[in-house]
Amino acid sequence: MTPVLEVDRLSIAAGGRRVVDSLSFRIAPGEALALVGESGSGKSATARAVIGLLPPGLAPDGGVIRFEGAPLEANSAALRKLRGPGIGMVFQEPMTSLNPAHRIGAQMEEGLALHTRLNRAERRNACIAMLERVGITDAPRRLEAYPHEFSGGMRQRIMLASVMLLRPRLLIADEPTTALDSLTQAEVMDLMAGLAREQGTALLLITHDLGLVARYADRALVMQHGRVVEEGPAAPLLDNPREAYTRALVDALPRRGPARAVPPAPPLIEARNLSVTYPKRGALFRRAEMFQAVDNVSLAIHPGEVVALVGGSGSGKTTLGRAMLHLVPVSGGQLLFRGTDVTARTGPALLDFRLACQIVFQDPYSSLDPRMRVRDIVAEPLRLPGGMPMEERHRRAEALLEEVGLGGLGTRFPHALSGGQRQRVAIARALVRDPAFVVADEAVSALDATVRKQVLGLLREQQRRRGFACLFVTHDLGVVEEIADRIVVMQHGRIVEEGPRDAVLDTPRHDYTRALLAAALRRPGTAA
Amino acid sequence: MLAYVLKRLLVALPTLLLVAASVFFLMRLIPGDPATVILGDAATPEAVADLRLAYGLDRPVLVQFALWIERALAGDLGRSITSGEAVGPLILARFQVTAAIVFASVGIAVLLAVPLGMLAAWKQNSWGDVAAVAAATFLLSIPSFWLGLIFLLVFGLWLGWVPVVGYVTFAEDFWGALHYIALPVVTLALIETGVLIRMARASTVEVLRLDYIAHARAKGVPEWRVLARHAFPNAFAPTLTLIGLIMGSLLGGIAVIETVFTLPGLGRLLVEAIFARDYPVIQGVMLFIAVIYVVVNLIVDLLYPVFDPRVTAG
Amino acid sequence: MRLRPNLLIGGTLLGFVFVVAATALVWTPYDPVRTNLRRRLVPPSSDYWLGTDEFGRDVASRLMEGAVTSLTVAASTVLVALALGMAIGLAGGFLRGWTDRILGAINDTLLAFPGILLALGLLAVLGPSRWGIVLALGLAYAPSVARVVRGTVLSIREREFVEASRALGNSEAYTLLRHVLPHTAAPVTVLATSLFGWVILSESALSFLGLGVPPPAATWGNMLASARPFMQDAPILSIAPGVMIATCLLGVNLLGDALRDLLDPRDRA
Repeated sequence: MTPVLEVDRLSIAAGGRRVVDSLSFRIAPGEALALVGESGSGKSATARAVIGLLPPGLAPDGGVIRFEGAPLEANSAALRKLRGPGIGMVFQEPMTSLNPAHRIGAQMEEGLALHTRLNRAERRNACIAMLERVGITDAPRRLEAYPHEFSGGMRQRIMLASVMLLRPRLLIADEPTTALDSLTQAEVMDLMAGLAREQGTALLLITHDLGLVARYADRALVMQHGRVVEEGPAAPLLDNPREAYTRALVDALPRRGPARAVPPAPPLIEARNLSVTYPKRGALFRRAEMFQAVDNVSLAIHPGEVVALVGGSGSGKTTLGRAMLHLVPVSGGQLLFRGTDVTARTGPALLDFRLACQIVFQDPYSSLDPRMRVRDIVAEPLRLPGGMPMEERHRRAEALLEEVGLGGLGTRFPHALSGGQRQRVAIARALVRDPAFVVADEAVSALDATVRKQVLGLLREQQRRRGFACLFVTHDLGVVEEIADRIVVMQHGRIVEEGPRDAVLDTPRHDYTRALLAAALRRPGTAA
Repeated sequence: MLAYVLKRLLVALPTLLLVAASVFFLMRLIPGDPATVILGDAATPEAVADLRLAYGLDRPVLVQFALWIERALAGDLGRSITSGEAVGPLILARFQVTAAIVFASVGIAVLLAVPLGMLAAWKQNSWGDVAAVAAATFLLSIPSFWLGLIFLLVFGLWLGWVPVVGYVTFAEDFWGALHYIALPVVTLALIETGVLIRMARASTVEVLRLDYIAHARAKGVPEWRVLARHAFPNAFAPTLTLIGLIMGSLLGGIAVIETVFTLPGLGRLLVEAIFARDYPVIQGVMLFIAVIYVVVNLIVDLLYPVFDPRVTAG
Repeated sequence: MRLRPNLLIGGTLLGFVFVVAATALVWTPYDPVRTNLRRRLVPPSSDYWLGTDEFGRDVASRLMEGAVTSLTVAASTVLVALALGMAIGLAGGFLRGWTDRILGAINDTLLAFPGILLALGLLAVLGPSRWGIVLALGLAYAPSVARVVRGTVLSIREREFVEASRALGNSEAYTLLRHVLPHTAAPVTVLATSLFGWVILSESALSFLGLGVPPPAATWGNMLASARPFMQDAPILSIAPGVMIATCLLGVNLLGDALRDLLDPRDRA
């Protein structure tokens, strides 16, 4: 049978460098192939090349792409006609992939108007049917809405609907769910796989996430530095990787660590009936409504304990993490540190608490001041309460940088470091004063799998060595398997389940926990 | 949407009030008795006394301000010291000339610059793009009044295509009037084209990078339609804001171009009034231009959601 | 990619104007204000490189003198606008709350006047003079600076590294000075460059109208104004000052573009 897509020795160049080097693969009709790799592997460039939409700066540098046996020529009218009904594409970023200036209905209909002979009413009906298929209720009215009126997950469904409406024979999905939280991710992926199966569409799934591969691909192709490392049926490839790089990727999937017993002690930090409210964006004449981000939550963390705080977007987990560091104003309840109430403290009175409690943020690109050298960033916490000479501060900062694997990089600026390196800097900054409590807010979510593994390893190693208590805030249950002693699950601003790690993972009691678990992309075979 | 419109209108009101207040109090900074300032040095004591009573000059300054606003709303901006004419009608008559030049030149500039800027962005880094950016930068670096002088020199004196001095109104002689405003309009349009090409190009470059453009292309949408339907509204929205600002700077700086071409417009009126220390006229023209500017920007804000519906959500 | 030619051409053009001005401080071919009625409207020659004007003054010398006037007025005005604007913008951005609201309302009102109109109004009160121009244009452009500074402060203080600084136990004042203030340098530098160009243009326009630096001092603007009656007989009088203004503006604009590219690199990793 003729393959839907055949890529034959494709090379892509950026300037003088090859980002894709002599890559070949085929996809049979209806087959799902995953192109797996980390940032810089050339997987996205390959996807863009197939549909002839390489971004400026990248150019094809030899090779042939055949669609159903016929070679595709870049910038040809034939290729343009194939886009849509032949090859559809779903993009990564739901916030920017729908045109903000046009209504959903008009954007969905455009493809139908270009490629089919359906009349207006038929097109509208097709759009409504497809929107309903992807789970958007009240479809006829929603057609009149603009993209900004939808959440990220909803937009990705709409995007999928507008692509699948044309019944393409090949669907290219470029990191389609990377920007979504794990629950939404699972819903959108299930929907995509289901639609592809119904329509007999072949799928080219571009992803950095081996968890997705296990669940949604028939075959996988692992890429590194623009070349194929390993190729084969998905399940065996993941179970028995032949190549070292593939093995590293598989090993990077979260794995449950041994259970630890934390010695009993009075709580280090404790939230008692804590509430945080925000004003919703105000309407013109009404008083702004209040949004209850954290609703009467009590949580105690003991010395040396690692607690994972898990929930989807909007669950209030991030706000609770900030509130436990006294970084957002609370509207009710108390915050106790070593048994003393610190809720009402401000300014200098709060300094002891600040010095003992630290945070590592999610986004290493924005959590480091771009105008400061790495060494100064790490040394900054040593400024207080004062007295330590500059040389001593720098010496300690350099020593700690060495310890987190960044020896000799102290005089660099953050922009000269990779994402993983920046997150190491952020960890060093949090640890330089030997804190008693650290909040890690989605601290590894923005990183590639192998880098995430390393950073997580670093965090765990430092925690074991220094013995600080840690609140690990995340949307991904998979990540916490490695590191948590106890798991706390939040939904709608409240704690819905809480318990020792193994108990929560193996015998979840709350439906929301079960849903999170089902959506978590964990190592095949370790799923509960 | 309705909430957005109401909100914008409500925000414009205090701005207008503050604008009026700053014009009013600016004139009060002039040393001397306000009555003499308003009537001129040659005023009779009786006239000064009458004016004090009418303007409430013996009452608190806020009351004076309120009285002034009240009269301004009724269209009474006082009388010119030099000519004795009522300031309101004088401004309206002069504004016709200014409005014709400003709106015609901005209109031409937009029609010329937006497509050019978008094409330049579409062919980013081609020689055509580089040439367009270079030409635009060159154009916006030329002072309008100098370009006007050079045009007068070339087309008026050397070639004799257009009259060098004078003006007729559109009502008197439509084609004649067109002759008189052709050069000023072309002068301003050329310079604004420079500003707008750069803006349109920059915002189009931003937009063309975004995923929804790739999405449109991935649906098989032809390039002209990608530009016209998907890039244009999003790229035009920021340009629209700039158009409002350009209108303002033109209205404010129109005096120079009116001086070059000896046109009896609003700016010329203002400058002549400044020379003659004709404060009621200065006050009236400043208030009028500032109000027009606020209104133009209000219209721009109200048009904005047509191109970018997101703003109505905030 | 186009950064180099921008920097090179812009720097050369503006450098030329600065060299002309610097030379004028110590030497001009003739006294720029001395009249010589026997040598009126002389065409360009080896004696008078650009001819003489209607009072027999050497045009080249006056152009050089004009460069000094334009550059000093522009530099002083930019300093006034920056000082005022930074003070207002920082106060608004740092203190927030009512201070910000009141300052913001005043600022928005001033922005509701086209800059040059505000300057005209102020000049009507102050009367035309060199320092009147500096004050009027400085006041007129300060709100733009304030807006940029305030906007930058407000957006920077939402960034995570500012929250991180607070979490480290740094005081609010230290955080603002160490982590927020330095980030206003780049946008303010870019704006100051544009301002410099706007002021050169506005000053020459006001001088052209007779409201700027008063005669007999030479400025490019008032040279253009007095050249008008002699446009036919001595076109060089109308052409030369404009070429100087355009050279200066083109230099500033190109340098501004280059600075923008240098200081706001798009962080697209």
